[in-house]
Amino acid sequence: MSDIGSAFATAFALIVQGDTHLGEIVLLSLQVSVGAVIIASVIGLPLGAAVAMFRFPGRSVIAVVLNALMGLPPVVVGLIVYLLLSRAGPFGTLGLLFTPTAMVIAQIVLVTPLIAALARQVIEDMWTEYEEQLRSFGTSTGRSLRVLLWDGRYSLLIVVLAGFGRAIAEVGAVMIVGGNIDHATRVMTTAIALEVSKGDIALALGLGIVLVALSIAVNGVAFVLRRTVAPGRAR
Amino acid sequence: MSNASRILPLELRAVTFETERHRLIKEMSFQLAAEGRTIILGSNGAGKSLLLRLCHGLIRPSQGEIIWQGAAGRDPKHFQAMVFQRPVMLRRSAAANIHFPLSIRGIPRSSRRHVIEEALRLVGLGRFSRTPAHLLSIGEQQRLALARAWALKPQILFLDEPTANLDPAATHVIEEVIAEMDRAGTKIVMTTHDLGQARRLADEIMFIHRGRLLEKAPAAAFFDCPQNDMARSFLRGELLWWQRRELTP
Ligand SMILES: Nc1ncnc2c1ncn2[C@@H]1O[C@H](COP(=O)(O)OP(=O)(O)OP(=O)(O)O)[C@@H](O)[C@H]1O
Ligand SMILES: [Mg+2]
Repeated sequence: MSDIGSAFATAFALIVQGDTHLGEIVLLSLQVSVGAVIIASVIGLPLGAAVAMFRFPGRSVIAVVLNALMGLPPVVVGLIVYLLLSRAGPFGTLGLLFTPTAMVIAQIVLVTPLIAALARQVIEDMWTEYEEQLRSFGTSTGRSLRVLLWDGRYSLLIVVLAGFGRAIAEVGAVMIVGGNIDHATRVMTTAIALEVSKGDIALALGLGIVLVALSIAVNGVAFVLRRTVAPGRAR
Repeated sequence: MSNASRILPLELRAVTFETERHRLIKEMSFQLAAEGRTIILGSNGAGKSLLLRLCHGLIRPSQGEIIWQGAAGRDPKHFQAMVFQRPVMLRRSAAANIHFPLSIRGIPRSSRRHVIEEALRLVGLGRFSRTPAHLLSIGEQQRLALARAWALKPQILFLDEPTANLDPAATHVIEEVIAEMDRAGTKIVMTTHDLGQARRLADEIMFIHRGRLLEKAPAAAFFDCPQNDMARSFLRGELLWWQRRELTP
């Protein structure tokens, strides 16, 4: 029991004193996940909007596939990206395996379907409401898409935050394609897994606390946003 | 709005609209003149909203043709506006809701602000300029929707029950705006369930029942002595929408 107590004490000390090793790991985690989520949003939001707005053959297939991919297990994504980036794989010559770039790629693959699928739901509801009015004004399709993305910005920001939550908390994909190399590809989740197995509970706990704090912060922002959107939803 | 540049008259030739299971608009043929106020009457579910949406080009007829006789190769949608039965508000301020279609229609930036202020004042919403439109009451939203349509200076304006949620004072304001647009030369095509309003506003009445146009006549003649039996019982308040199908022509 006192072991856990002292572990907590050390963990807090690490955080408060701004331990460089811990800081380095947290920073890389944020860089990888924020980068992945930005790129996933650039791809996923318009993709979700397009699936919501356009009637084309195979549209419902895409919608179902997106929904299915939303829950893709991170280890499977990691495995696929690993195979693509490994020496023998099609992109092997780029030499990206076990670099932060590989981790960003894996998280993009992981998070894009989630963002696209959730965005599709948000945009589809809005499009049902807006479509005839926008067409009545004579709005072009491209302009309509931008209107939906803009008017849905609060709901879509919540979608993006959900994507970030998934990215930052995931272990499997970054572990496989990053390799958890110290000072190179070690992020919070992989470090926690390693430190626990090594017995360095204090560092693991410190990272865990940072991770939970981040998750609370993200959910707090999402909560406030949801309340901002709520009046518009009431009708 | 010189006559030469008008997209009207509007002609419908045997227009039918059907879903897989129902024929909702049945072989309607008529012509709408370039000016004047045409009011469409009919029970709930008669097809009034569908007819407006067909004319406005939001849905395509299953059969038949809709012809803008004065279009002369121009895209008719740029000269029309519609106020929907349920007002659609963009999630923006009241002023921005008017600004958006002005920018779509290419109204010069310099004149937009003035038009927006005038439009809001016209329907008594001046002080709500910066309020998010979806927070306005339904009646206020309906007035904003009319202000937005007015700002576009359309050649033809479709109005689907524009005063359904309004109090008497607001109804009066809307009727004034409609009358003013009529005077300025905008063709008005409107539905209403308020027969008093129809008498006040209409130059011409179209009576539709179960997707069929049963009568189209000058307002005075229609209210004086409708030619169609259904129209007569509708005016007397006897035509009930749940009447059995066999009773209808
Ligand atoms: N997309 C659709 N699919 C199937 N039926 C439809 C569709 N749109 C309208 N209808 C039906 O067509 C009929 C006419 O609808 P419409 O909205 O034009 O009625 P309305 O005359 O405007 O009635 P109200 O006075 O209640 O507004 C209704 O019976 C309605 O249920
Ligand atoms: Mg209707």
